[in-house]
Amino acid sequence: MKLKILYFAGLRETLGESGEDVDLPAAVGDVAGLIRFLTARGRQWEALGTYRNLRYAVNQEMARLDTPVVDGDEVAFFPPVTGG
Amino acid sequence: MVVRVQEADFDVGAELAALRGKDPQIGALASFVGLVRELNDGAGVSELTLEHYPGMTERALQAIVSEACRRWAIIDALVIHRVGRLLPTDQIVLVAVAGAHRGDAFAACQFIMDYLKTRAPFWKRELTPEGARWVAAHAADDEAAERWQT
Repeated sequence: MKLKILYFAGLRETLGESGEDVDLPAAVGDVAGLIRFLTARGRQWEALGTYRNLRYAVNQEMARLDTPVVDGDEVAFFPPVTGG
Repeated sequence: MVVRVQEADFDVGAELAALRGKDPQIGALASFVGLVRELNDGAGVSELTLEHYPGMTERALQAIVSEACRRWAIIDALVIHRVGRLLPTDQIVLVAVAGAHRGDAFAACQFIMDYLKTRAPFWKRELTPEGARWVAAHAADDEAAERWQT
């Protein structure tokens, strides 16, 4: 299962990456599973699992930890928004 | 219903004139303009950089405006939000709502602004004498958005 991952704002700076294409085991079925998979890679990725008030979007819609992810999805991680 | 995300500044007078056009049904035009302040959370701000999520930001703004149209009797609405590097006194955002009467126009304008602040993916990074920092989200903004949920 291939996903496009994006990181924004302060989280992007913490991770040192604005995005990546990842190939996941089929067992990763939702946002929570994806976070576990990405975090388990260690190093700076551990910050993703402990980031305060982390927000996520699947295919450009706000998502929850139990939102499903499937092949081809675009998943974004970011801090709480501060526009306006 | 138009939403725009752009680096360029905007002319409020020209945008409001375009929004109302020559529609004789419009009796109320409510608008809000957000500006860059020189002071935020106790520190001087010399510069602000706004980041967004191209694609999702526009979709989120459209969804917020659509929700306002569903809740109130309004005729048209406009949201312009700037991104990139801004300086104190610069305009950041314009929300304008045209309707037959002021009650719905005022309410829809405030609703769009409150939802924009908590649901549209924009992030502010400000430059202070102590260096650059990402602006923290405020609980007051969540509370302002939550009061519309009844």
